[in-house]
Amino acid sequence: MRHRWVSVLICAAVSAAATTACGSGGASQSADGQTELTIATFNEFGYEDLLKEYEAAHPDVKITQRKTGQGQPHHQNLFTKLGAGSGLADVEGVEEGYLSQVMSKAGQFNDLGEIGPKIEDGRWLKWKTEAMTTKDGKLIGYGTDIGPLAMCYRKDLFAQAGLPSDPEGVKALFSTWDSYFAAGDQFVAKVPGVAWFDSAAQVFNAMHNQHETGYYDKSDKLVVDTNPDIKSDWTAVTAAVAKGQSARLAAFSNEWNTGFKLGKFATKTCPSWMLGVVESQAGPENKGKWAVTDAFPDGGGNWGGSYLTVPKQSKNAKKAAELAAWLTAPEQQIKAFKAKGTFPSQVKALDAPELLEQTNAYFGDVKAGALFATQAKKVKAAQYKGPADGQIQETVFSPALQSVEQGKNAEEAWRTAVEGAQKAAK
Amino acid sequence: MTVVLTKDGRGRAEQAPPQPPRRHRLNRLDAKVSPYLFVAPFFVLFGAIGLFPLLYTAYVSLFDWEVGADEPAFIGLDNYRTLVEDGQFWNALFNTFSIFVLSSAPQIVIAVAIAALLNENLRARTGWRMGVLLPYVASLVALTIIFGNLFGPQYGLVNNVLSAVGISPIDWQAETFGSHAAIASMVNWRWTGYNALIVLAAMQAIPREVHEAALVDGAGPLRRFFSITLPMLKPTLIFVVVTSTIGGLQIFTEPKLFEPSGGSGGGTEHQYQTVVLYLYQSGFQQLDLGYASAIAWVLFLIVIAVAGLNFLVTRRAVR
Repeated sequence: MRHRWVSVLICAAVSAAATTACGSGGASQSADGQTELTIATFNEFGYEDLLKEYEAAHPDVKITQRKTGQGQPHHQNLFTKLGAGSGLADVEGVEEGYLSQVMSKAGQFNDLGEIGPKIEDGRWLKWKTEAMTTKDGKLIGYGTDIGPLAMCYRKDLFAQAGLPSDPEGVKALFSTWDSYFAAGDQFVAKVPGVAWFDSAAQVFNAMHNQHETGYYDKSDKLVVDTNPDIKSDWTAVTAAVAKGQSARLAAFSNEWNTGFKLGKFATKTCPSWMLGVVESQAGPENKGKWAVTDAFPDGGGNWGGSYLTVPKQSKNAKKAAELAAWLTAPEQQIKAFKAKGTFPSQVKALDAPELLEQTNAYFGDVKAGALFATQAKKVKAAQYKGPADGQIQETVFSPALQSVEQGKNAEEAWRTAVEGAQKAAK
Repeated sequence: MTVVLTKDGRGRAEQAPPQPPRRHRLNRLDAKVSPYLFVAPFFVLFGAIGLFPLLYTAYVSLFDWEVGADEPAFIGLDNYRTLVEDGQFWNALFNTFSIFVLSSAPQIVIAVAIAALLNENLRARTGWRMGVLLPYVASLVALTIIFGNLFGPQYGLVNNVLSAVGISPIDWQAETFGSHAAIASMVNWRWTGYNALIVLAAMQAIPREVHEAALVDGAGPLRRFFSITLPMLKPTLIFVVVTSTIGGLQIFTEPKLFEPSGGSGGGTEHQYQTVVLYLYQSGFQQLDLGYASAIAWVLFLIVIAVAGLNFLVTRRAVR
């Protein structure tokens, strides 16, 4: 009898734990026939007013928005609940940095080309859609925003080094990576105590992303050690580090912030959203010193931006896809841009007057909207991302480049990086 | 108690079978069952959030189990085999022990010294005693971020002070020993006062007569400390050593937040990646739950072994 009691109690406890663990199911049909949709976003997508607008136009739909402050916990939650098989929202935001992990689980997301409403051809920039299309042609996410790359630089420090400092004049310095590093040599020779760029990894990632083939080839084979482009980027960046061009500051660290404040580097690879970061880190005392120009070595590039996906767990996938398609239409994206500054990935939105007229006071009233729209159109193609791509960049190559900045031999660090990539890809 | 009760009952049943009244039966049920009901909440909670995860972790560690994978494949002890050959794991284990020794050893010595000081007749005694506990009250995360700033390799205060007195600055991020010392200093800052208070409580429980007798016999303060205070602190010291072993080997927050870019690698070349940090990286960044579970179990066994060893050593050393 004693034993029976104990087992009953344990059973009750286990089943209680189990039901709470799986309790937060997906959306469902409510009693009055309304469809309840949930949408999970992170940071600021600028959707608050848009969702109200959608509800007003569709009385049969009720939308709940789950907001997470930061991208990292949002995606951790996404992958955990993909694994659990339930608990995700009907529409889930996905950031570009997590693209490779999402693409390797593409089977758990709906093909929006199949279940979604008909969407006009060429709504998005070609490379934006390409990156979210599987090899067999399934589109698993609608593009929201992007982060086209331009170059930010310190006008005052450029002048001090005798380099041209007006936005037109500097373009020649930023035309290729060779000219960029050559200008860096000139700069560090003239201005002691100030570096040319903030961190080797920041430059390397931008260079690496411009190649058609990166860490993986299209058959998901790791080509880190055989792709000559990666090695030549590595050699160029580490050579610049050896010549003192790097401020050796890990991006987004406290010391990096201090570096902005003290003006310890003269250029910064600048996606559209970086202008806000520069402004808040460099602070009002450095106002007017930073400038941005619509040039980027060897063409263009992109860093950041998101997609809306509909996981297969969703019980209202069709309606969820309709909502996602509506939110990512150019008319809506422009409103989100005005609300929270998310830079649109839609071709039409890039020509919208609201965008083209946007200026940035901190960067000397530059027409930032038009500038980054130009940069967005310079991006040639999306690099193919293999399964462990994001991880190789974050946990293998960036630390390896930092170790070179800490004084490690570049050749040794390269071997460590290749080994690390092979381990990560296993 | 239960045994006696059942014996009684059986004896009576053999002699004569008078039907016990309903009330009586309920009483017996109450006496037998309700004690278990009273202790049940602890065991239910322990089972659900202690024992079950522990056993389930062991189960998961036998699979190639990636978050989101459709079908985890059973691979037996392969994860453990990989772990034994994994240089990064051994490196993490070395870092963990190095940080543990750098933090626990000085910490306990200083804690006993502080406790001895606080045990003297001081003015505003309670003020001092509360004062040593202050670092413990401060949020661990805030503390770690501040220490991370102090130990910044380029613009940190510690390096500023070092170069001011003519010592060349240390790269607290790049150098293995430097990073361990920086992290150990965070641990010491937080836990020394806490341990001092525990030791102080034990010191005050030492009977005054023993000290007085020694005083009459002509023992000086040092002699009394080593011959009376320390030996009588033995049980408390064992407790402090075992808890700081368990805590020290599971150190995570400090090295995690010490990484300037927010990753889990523990430095560019894992200079200060601890075992738990490696576990976290495997499980929640590389999403390899099977491997992370194997790390968790190996760490569990190591903690038990080291805590047991420390228990034995402390019991012998402090006689």
